[in-house]
Amino acid sequence: MLNVEGLRKTYTGDGRAVEAIRDLTFTVPDGDLTCLVGPSGCGKTTLLKCIAGLLTPSGGTVTLDGTPVTGPPPGMAVVFQEYGRSLFPWMRVAANVELPLRQKRLPRERRRELVHESLAAVGLADAHAAYPWQLSGGMQQRVAIARAIAYEPRVLLMDEPFAAVDAQTRADLEDLIRGLWQRLGVTVLFVTHDIDEAVYLGRRVLILSSSPTVILEDLPIDLPAERDQLHTRATPRFTELRTHVYQQIQAAKNTVHADR
Amino acid sequence: MRGRLALGLAGLAGFLLILEVIPRLGLVSSRYLPPATEIVGALGRELAETAFWTALRDTLNGWVLGLLIAAVAGIALGLLIGAVPLLRELTASTIEFLRPIPSVALIPLVVVLLGTGLESKLVLVVYAAFWQILVQVLYGVRDVDPVADETARAYGLDRSARIVHVLWPTALPFVMTGLRLAAAVALILCVTGELVIGAPGLGTRIAIAQTSGAVADMYALIVVTGLLGVAINVGARAVERRALRWHQSVRSEAAV
Repeated sequence: MLNVEGLRKTYTGDGRAVEAIRDLTFTVPDGDLTCLVGPSGCGKTTLLKCIAGLLTPSGGTVTLDGTPVTGPPPGMAVVFQEYGRSLFPWMRVAANVELPLRQKRLPRERRRELVHESLAAVGLADAHAAYPWQLSGGMQQRVAIARAIAYEPRVLLMDEPFAAVDAQTRADLEDLIRGLWQRLGVTVLFVTHDIDEAVYLGRRVLILSSSPTVILEDLPIDLPAERDQLHTRATPRFTELRTHVYQQIQAAKNTVHADR
Repeated sequence: MRGRLALGLAGLAGFLLILEVIPRLGLVSSRYLPPATEIVGALGRELAETAFWTALRDTLNGWVLGLLIAAVAGIALGLLIGAVPLLRELTASTIEFLRPIPSVALIPLVVVLLGTGLESKLVLVVYAAFWQILVQVLYGVRDVDPVADETARAYGLDRSARIVHVLWPTALPFVMTGLRLAAAVALILCVTGELVIGAPGLGTRIAIAQTSGAVADMYALIVVTGLLGVAINVGARAVERRALRWHQSVRSEAAV
């Protein structure tokens, strides 16, 4: 279980302080798929980095299964938006996926197994020997996803992973994530600025306000578990949910305007 | 590709032809510029002499040894200074002060301290080559992509693993550039040191040929140093290409 309690982050530097996150409290139960959606510049990435242990919060705590997160925790994998910079161009695809496993000191046989399984799971069984830069953007992000699931994390953090790929690839990757989540039973925290994506993917959507960030609403998504791009997006319930989220985010933007 | 090579060779042949014709026509006295055929003849005579090969070996010894010392020191110090921000701040101005001092300006100092042997030549070579490498490594270390580094941290790579798997590969293209520049500079300083100090090597042989009036031999030896320079550059480029297959400056647009 992932627990975020009273999380606060203020950046200080050059004699001025910028309050990015004011007060965030939420829980992601084991095996849940939670989407965090909010207006652009609302501190989503900051929040994710605090959870991943890459950034020290100014206040509050993040705990994973009862253990406070002070540095990158072992049971957590991250997929970044910038796949081109997150994959190492000097390593072939298989080596990229294998590197974290070597750091975990897994035996060679097990590493090979995990690399094979995870690359097959993302549909790249024949790309082992390629360099990442020889692949298309969507394929590169698949490699990054394979690297994350090979790591066998309990929690998978995704920071706007599909923001930089084209719409069709994006739909494929969304279904890939739904499929992997259902098959592996991993807890997923998915950050996005795309409202449709959040509603389509999530079992639940947390709507964030503009910076300084607070949670506006914790919205359960009562769409059926089996979803597909054509039919789910055409249901009246989907439209209702996305309209609701959209209104909330618009309201959030306007509130900030009133503040100023 | 083949056409380019043919054109290059034709250009070279034309250059040699002009070198041959100018002294033959008496436009320049052959005491200062012997015809190309005489230079080639002198080169043949040089190649047959053991003293020439000893001199060549002495020059190459100084070059290899100096470059090796400079590379090890430059890379090690560069990584260390680059990894510790405090050290970087402390050393930046000193490096900027020491780096532009021409190595040749140290000749009187090293002669007084170390005499006219291999050590003096080595100091000059190391001093010139070291800065080339150090500065490049410092640039390279600063080039680490924050996303790559955060990825490595998120997957539990500790500091030493990040140096091996992120910092070093990032810095490698810069290291290679530094090595290539240093290799060229090291050869220049080798020959200069030999010419000026009289440390054994090709430089001394050039000086002897000049003082004894063997003009064609002098030109032949100069040609040898030029060919050495070309060989070093070609070799360095080949090493670079091999080590940086993945880098955008080298990689081909291969599809999978």
